[in-house]
Amino acid sequence: MDIHALQQIVHKTRDARRKQVFPKLSPADRDQLIHKYHPDFRASAYRPLRFGPNEGDKTVVELATLLEGDSSLNGQVDMTPHHQVDVLVIGGGGAGCAAALHAHEAGAKVILATKLRLGDSNSVMAQGGMQISVAPEDSPVTHFIDTLKGGHMQNDHDLLKVMVEEGPSIAKWLIGLGVLFDRQGDGNLHVKKGGGSSKPRLVTCSDYTGLEMMRVLKDEVINQKIQLLEFAAAIELLSDGDGACTGAIFKDLDNQRHIVVAAKSVILATGGIGRLHIQGFPTSNHYGATGDGLCLAYRMGAKLAHIDTFQYHPSGAVYPEQLIGALVTEGIRSEGGHLVNAQGERFVNELDTRDVVSSSIIRECEEGRGIRTMAGRVGVWLDTPLLDAEHGPGTVEKHFPAMMLQFERFGIDISKDPVLIYPTLHYQNGGVKIDTNSETGVKQLFVAGEASGGLHGRNRLMGNSLLDLMVFGKRSGLTAAARAQSMKQGQLTLKHLDRFRADAKKHGNVSGVISPMILPAYTRKVS
Amino acid sequence: MTDENENVIDQPEGLTPRLVTIEISGKKYEVPEGITVIKAMWYAGQEVVRGVGCLGGFCGACATYYRTKDDPKVKTCLACQMAVQDGMSFTMMPPFPARKAIYDIQQLKDPKQDLFNLYPEAPLCRNCNACTEACPQKIDVREGVWKAVFGDFKSVSDMFMDCVMCGMCTPVCIADIAPNLVALYVSRAQGAHFTEKPAGLDQRIKEIQDGRFNDEWKKVLSMNEKDLAAHCATVK
Repeated sequence: MDIHALQQIVHKTRDARRKQVFPKLSPADRDQLIHKYHPDFRASAYRPLRFGPNEGDKTVVELATLLEGDSSLNGQVDMTPHHQVDVLVIGGGGAGCAAALHAHEAGAKVILATKLRLGDSNSVMAQGGMQISVAPEDSPVTHFIDTLKGGHMQNDHDLLKVMVEEGPSIAKWLIGLGVLFDRQGDGNLHVKKGGGSSKPRLVTCSDYTGLEMMRVLKDEVINQKIQLLEFAAAIELLSDGDGACTGAIFKDLDNQRHIVVAAKSVILATGGIGRLHIQGFPTSNHYGATGDGLCLAYRMGAKLAHIDTFQYHPSGAVYPEQLIGALVTEGIRSEGGHLVNAQGERFVNELDTRDVVSSSIIRECEEGRGIRTMAGRVGVWLDTPLLDAEHGPGTVEKHFPAMMLQFERFGIDISKDPVLIYPTLHYQNGGVKIDTNSETGVKQLFVAGEASGGLHGRNRLMGNSLLDLMVFGKRSGLTAAARAQSMKQGQLTLKHLDRFRADAKKHGNVSGVISPMILPAYTRKVS
Repeated sequence: MTDENENVIDQPEGLTPRLVTIEISGKKYEVPEGITVIKAMWYAGQEVVRGVGCLGGFCGACATYYRTKDDPKVKTCLACQMAVQDGMSFTMMPPFPARKAIYDIQQLKDPKQDLFNLYPEAPLCRNCNACTEACPQKIDVREGVWKAVFGDFKSVSDMFMDCVMCGMCTPVCIADIAPNLVALYVSRAQGAHFTEKPAGLDQRIKEIQDGRFNDEWKKVLSMNEKDLAAHCATVK
């Protein structure tokens, strides 16, 4: 059928649906739904790790293969450093920029290395906003409780308390740098309500929050003359032989040469794993989201937390085919957009947590109430025109300019026609286990942002990622800079790699997979 | 029509993709119609390192020049956001060596005047409008440059909220202005110097420092798992 014919049921049922109140699920119903439909509970997609710090722990096959993979380094490696710094930051997204800026401000000599360009990251795409408890009726404690609920009570309390308490001062820092957050008439920060939150707490820059923050942070990194190594992919960390991290080896992607950086501390801010396409899911993630930091830290002996749980954002685009996996911001649902199945019915409270909403969409589609595309995809409708009906014409255009433009390029006017969506692989809930200084179990190895684990428990709440990046980027940067003053540069060795390889051999690992992946293999091979 | 097919969107190209002929940097390739420009490069067997970033239309890494069949007009796009069509010809924009001014945003004394020291070329716009035509985000770039020069920083910051810093406005400028960099400076100055400080935010920071929430924290953090879960359930 023509797409417009199929959309008619959404238009026809709109008025009736507007009167309907859809309750959130009880904890028991929620657990049942998730266990039955959420991809995290598809046992066949998982296997236990055979060796290393998380031996016996289960994770998705795609990640397990990389974590147990081998380094690309072989034979004699020249360890003469090309650079010597106090703090080496690996990753050029939000966490990396925040870490570099704070370490630099604290007086440390910093290098920021990234395998793409400075700023090419998931951070730049964050549309929904950043959770900060600034509203008078809100508090850091309420933020803590909401996040805990969203994370299925599995969040690390210490990390979480630090994040929610430092939120307001982070907003102040960003405003000082020139970030243009949306305001109320009285000049106070405008806050929106996000999925899974009991109070309005999302600080936004229209639907460009991540882009606006990253424009400013990138500019500031350049203005502060922080040394950059772009198109430099980290292929191995270095250790001093006593288990502390002392630097990293990079591959320059322009000329394939090695770059050795000696550092008193290393901060991994390498982001997530969307481009591994676990369980075959499309992803909303950027080109470089291949879990490199997890592999590097794992080989160094750092323990990972919650690596069996991933976030599938409920609303990834399914049509047109060109936008597969691209995110349709949760903001649409925050402002009242309904999810509607092929029969014109709502089937979930749209502002329930992401895992609940995603599971319910998968249920609708598996039980035959989805809409299929001839490309073999399936999805449900997100009623975007409802926003104009509810809040007046022009609402969608005014509040979601980025999304309007994105679909307009393919001749779709989302203020008039609903959008077809299905969950898309969005976020790695877990990662390398850190303490409140963002330090891992390996001395002088810090991890900040999505690559770290523990803070978000088993499901990250919308808007908590941008705050995570800023808070733990800052803490890692400040701690690493403070330590540098009273430390000597340690030796540069690959002893950790020898140990890891010996361990791998014992467990018969001859897979031949080299990690980190660096970039996904999208180039079509023609024989 | 059977029930099976009732809820299927017609999209025949999904099953048997029609191949179209395109030119990548002057070389002809056959690729499936309708895939994005960046996917066409992968399909054609090219390794792409520079020129791919977020793949979501936000980072500006994949700025591309393209031309459609028989049309002399060379247009711009983001390669991750543009579908290929028969007869299309495209090439990615190489990194352009535009000059970015270095400044300490917080130390600026008179940001509207400082614009002319940092970007002395900004007032030399000759109104050719090439920057506006080059913008894949449909920003009225030329207008923005003029507004910056006339000190209307608020309008510039609103207009350039869509800017992905792809830099396609820069090589076309006959006055050597880098409009995206000018707008970035102006937007940051607007945020740091000409926007009201939110009183509620300072108030909250002070409350946290003064320990206003300490009792509540103590109560919550001392609960055992079961009590905490029960308490969480009461917060709606």
